[in-house]
Amino acid sequence: MMEPGLYHMLFISATLFFIGVYGFFTRRNLVTMLMSVELVLNSVNLNFIAFNKYLWYDKMDGLFFTIFVIAIAAAEAAVAIAIIINLYRSHNSIDVENAEELKY
Amino acid sequence: MPGLPLFWRGNEGEAIMPNATYIALIPLLPLAGFLMLGIFGRKYFKNTSGVIGTTLLLISTVLALYTAYGYFFEYGKIDGVYQKLIPLKYTWLQFSEGVSIDMGIIIDPISVMMLVVVTFISLMVHIYSLGYMKGDERFPTYYAFLGLFTFSMLGLVISSNIFQIYIFWELVGVSSFLLIGYYYDKPSAVAACKKAFIVTRFADVGFLIGILVLSFYAGTLDFNTLIERLTSAESTEFKTAVAASFMGMSALTWGLVLVFIGGAGKSAMFPLHIWLPDAMEGPTPVSALIHAATMVVAGVFLVARLFPVFAISSPDALSLVGYVGAFSALIAAVIACTQTDIKRVLAYSTMSQIGYMMFALGVSKYGGEDGLGYTASMFHLFTHAMFKALLFLGAGAVIHYIHSNEMKDMGGLRKYLPITHITFLIACLAIAGVPPFAGFFSKEEILLAAYQSNQSIYWVALITSGLTAFYMFRLYFSIFWNREAHVHGEHKGEGGFAMMMPLVLLAIGAAAAGFIPFGHFVSTDGARLETEFHLMFSIAPVALGLAGIFIAMWLYKKASDKPDKIASSLNGLYKAAYHKFYMDEIYMFITQKIIFNLIGRPAAWFDKNVVDGLVNATGNGTKDISETIKGLQSGKVQQYAIYFLVGVIGLALLFIYWWN
Amino acid sequence: MSGSTIIFYLLAALTLVSAVLAVTTRMIFRAAIYLLFSLIGIAGIYFWLQYEFIAAVQIVVYVGGIVVLIIFSIFLTQQAGDELPKQKMGRQLFSALAAFCGLALVLLQIAQHAFVETGGEVVAPTVANIGNQMLGVNDGGYALPFEVVSILLLAALVGCIVIALKSKPEQT
Repeated sequence: MMEPGLYHMLFISATLFFIGVYGFFTRRNLVTMLMSVELVLNSVNLNFIAFNKYLWYDKMDGLFFTIFVIAIAAAEAAVAIAIIINLYRSHNSIDVENAEELKY
Repeated sequence: MPGLPLFWRGNEGEAIMPNATYIALIPLLPLAGFLMLGIFGRKYFKNTSGVIGTTLLLISTVLALYTAYGYFFEYGKIDGVYQKLIPLKYTWLQFSEGVSIDMGIIIDPISVMMLVVVTFISLMVHIYSLGYMKGDERFPTYYAFLGLFTFSMLGLVISSNIFQIYIFWELVGVSSFLLIGYYYDKPSAVAACKKAFIVTRFADVGFLIGILVLSFYAGTLDFNTLIERLTSAESTEFKTAVAASFMGMSALTWGLVLVFIGGAGKSAMFPLHIWLPDAMEGPTPVSALIHAATMVVAGVFLVARLFPVFAISSPDALSLVGYVGAFSALIAAVIACTQTDIKRVLAYSTMSQIGYMMFALGVSKYGGEDGLGYTASMFHLFTHAMFKALLFLGAGAVIHYIHSNEMKDMGGLRKYLPITHITFLIACLAIAGVPPFAGFFSKEEILLAAYQSNQSIYWVALITSGLTAFYMFRLYFSIFWNREAHVHGEHKGEGGFAMMMPLVLLAIGAAAAGFIPFGHFVSTDGARLETEFHLMFSIAPVALGLAGIFIAMWLYKKASDKPDKIASSLNGLYKAAYHKFYMDEIYMFITQKIIFNLIGRPAAWFDKNVVDGLVNATGNGTKDISETIKGLQSGKVQQYAIYFLVGVIGLALLFIYWWN
Repeated sequence: MSGSTIIFYLLAALTLVSAVLAVTTRMIFRAAIYLLFSLIGIAGIYFWLQYEFIAAVQIVVYVGGIVVLIIFSIFLTQQAGDELPKQKMGRQLFSALAAFCGLALVLLQIAQHAFVETGGEVVAPTVANIGNQMLGVNDGGYALPFEVVSILLLAALVGCIVIALKSKPEQT
């Protein structure tokens, strides 16, 4: 095992990203899909921080982007959950396969 | 009207301008009537529309007479020559330097004369219609259309711009179409109005191309400038127009011939005459106004308007006018002898008389004594308007009484319709050229002009004048003498005062109009033209006319089988004439068999299979593709996410490996 | 191998393993808890990188906010003990393949790419520095994005209320 550096961080972030993607594809429950999205967002955050730490350590832009992403993620989660609850009220289910009226 | 003088006197030596306000009002009043009756007539003026239309036209007529008086006697003449005045000119559409469509008024002897003729005849017809059309369902519409027609015709005659004349020309065509098809629930009327419209439209294409050719070479659309440029041998426009040639004729001649085709279509010259007899499906007063006295002479007027160009620059085109006119006059007279529908007889007679006017123009030359034909043509136009309108209105009174157009239903009506009888007789005498009635004078002048310049046309004209007398009196005797009348019980009399007054007024005109010294007012160059009568010369046509009358009297005064015998002895010729020399059949053959089959059908096939095919293929292709790919739009969020991911990865690969 | 390296690997392992469990377990409540651990692992990595402020934010917002929100929504919409329905095998395989290919592609790119450091003086991500730049209006100041995000949050707040509001039956 070697000293952790940028490549380790990118590996973690990439892996986390595709775990999230996998979850998004396989889950049918909307809440768990939302969790997958959170994982994807976190992988992006980690990427920003890693680049900020190892490549652009004279600036803090990556850090600010992370902060903003977190803020937006919070808003997104809140809106998503509001939608999910509304959907549950109308369909009595939050399975994506039951919510596919919006098609051709 | 204080503050509105009749004309403005310019400084010494300058042209005197008439007051355009009066003149503009002449066509605008009927237009106002048209708009008012057309829009509100059916609702508010159900019964008063006739009076409104007539009143407006009465004002127009008074103004026209006033204008004519002013022009001919007060201010029109400078040094003994009548001037062409343009009191109003408004540039409407400017195309380029010098080429513009103007809305203007031209005041010269022929336009002033036409103003008087059109307003007067139109007024007579308006008054007459008060009685004739009484109780008609669409009374206001009828008067609105009459107003539209009068407006268009008046606009036509005072047009100062060749394109303006074209606009009014088409308006006249439209109103003619509307009025022929007035009884639109009658299939024959619908067919007739369609036919009239298409045939004249077809001729108008020639007119339009002629306008374009002329204006292209003259570099202007304005009549005065155009005539000036195309008649002076020095001008560059004239030289280029004569130099450019196409199929052996100069561009100028082509332009004039094309314009004449337009005029021939409107004036029912052979071979574009086929619409006129059918146009008699319209109400009889309309036939009197449009298809006898005013609109059909528009072609003559057009040639007269451009007469200097015809006469000075292109004698070929002018002689074409002459031969077409003479041929039409003869052939129409022959056909008229065989027809049994009284309105059709009159229609062919109209065509024949317009033929007279045309060839009178054709044999004329420009300037001085040689311009006798021009004066004669305009004179004949004037007198013809009187007696032909009278004949039609008289025929209308007869039809009104009998409820039929056919000669065989008539006979012996002189006791029942005394006023109609007398006025009709006057008109017949006038058209037959019996002195001292109006037709005699104008016809003599025409014959004299023809005799002086073209002998062959003279002989044709002479024969035609004999035929004219014959068929007119055939008509007269068939209606008013012949067998005893078998009138139905219910007598309505002759129709009221409204119908009789125009007959009497027109009869006075038909009897007395010949005494107007027309040459003093209208001549090619505006100067006074003395016309004299040679007694010796007049003997032949008058004798021939009287002979025609006596033959008609011998054949038709008493019911007998003489006409039938003559008809059967002339079998072939009679039949051909009765069928109008099969002109309609020839047209049908050309349009149906040749044009439709050889051009129409392949075009239809091409349209159906290739054009429609392409359009349908595009539509069906799109539909099929959409049908196949619509499954992608499944509504499943996760599928969308997969597409999205695949797309993003594809783009990423593209950027990474291909971009560099 | 220093202690810090070991700690990093432990944190990485915690993050990834919990993440995998979070997306594979069929008990929804457990999935939420695994997500919680994964987020905490990421917060740990931030700490390890000495970005304490971000780590704190991560814990406060994600762990304290979003995960709680998710758990609440689970309670509102789900019977807690139920197992989630199983996804089709084909779909699972395809997703795994797609994710794996994507991962391979990304890792390949990372391995091939030569990252360049900018150099220059290290700016310590202290709270004071962050605060100054966050509300700074000079060059590099983030006052405007800050305000924009605050408006976005307000809009999201109002939007959530409107969406989730129980609509009254229409009075006609």
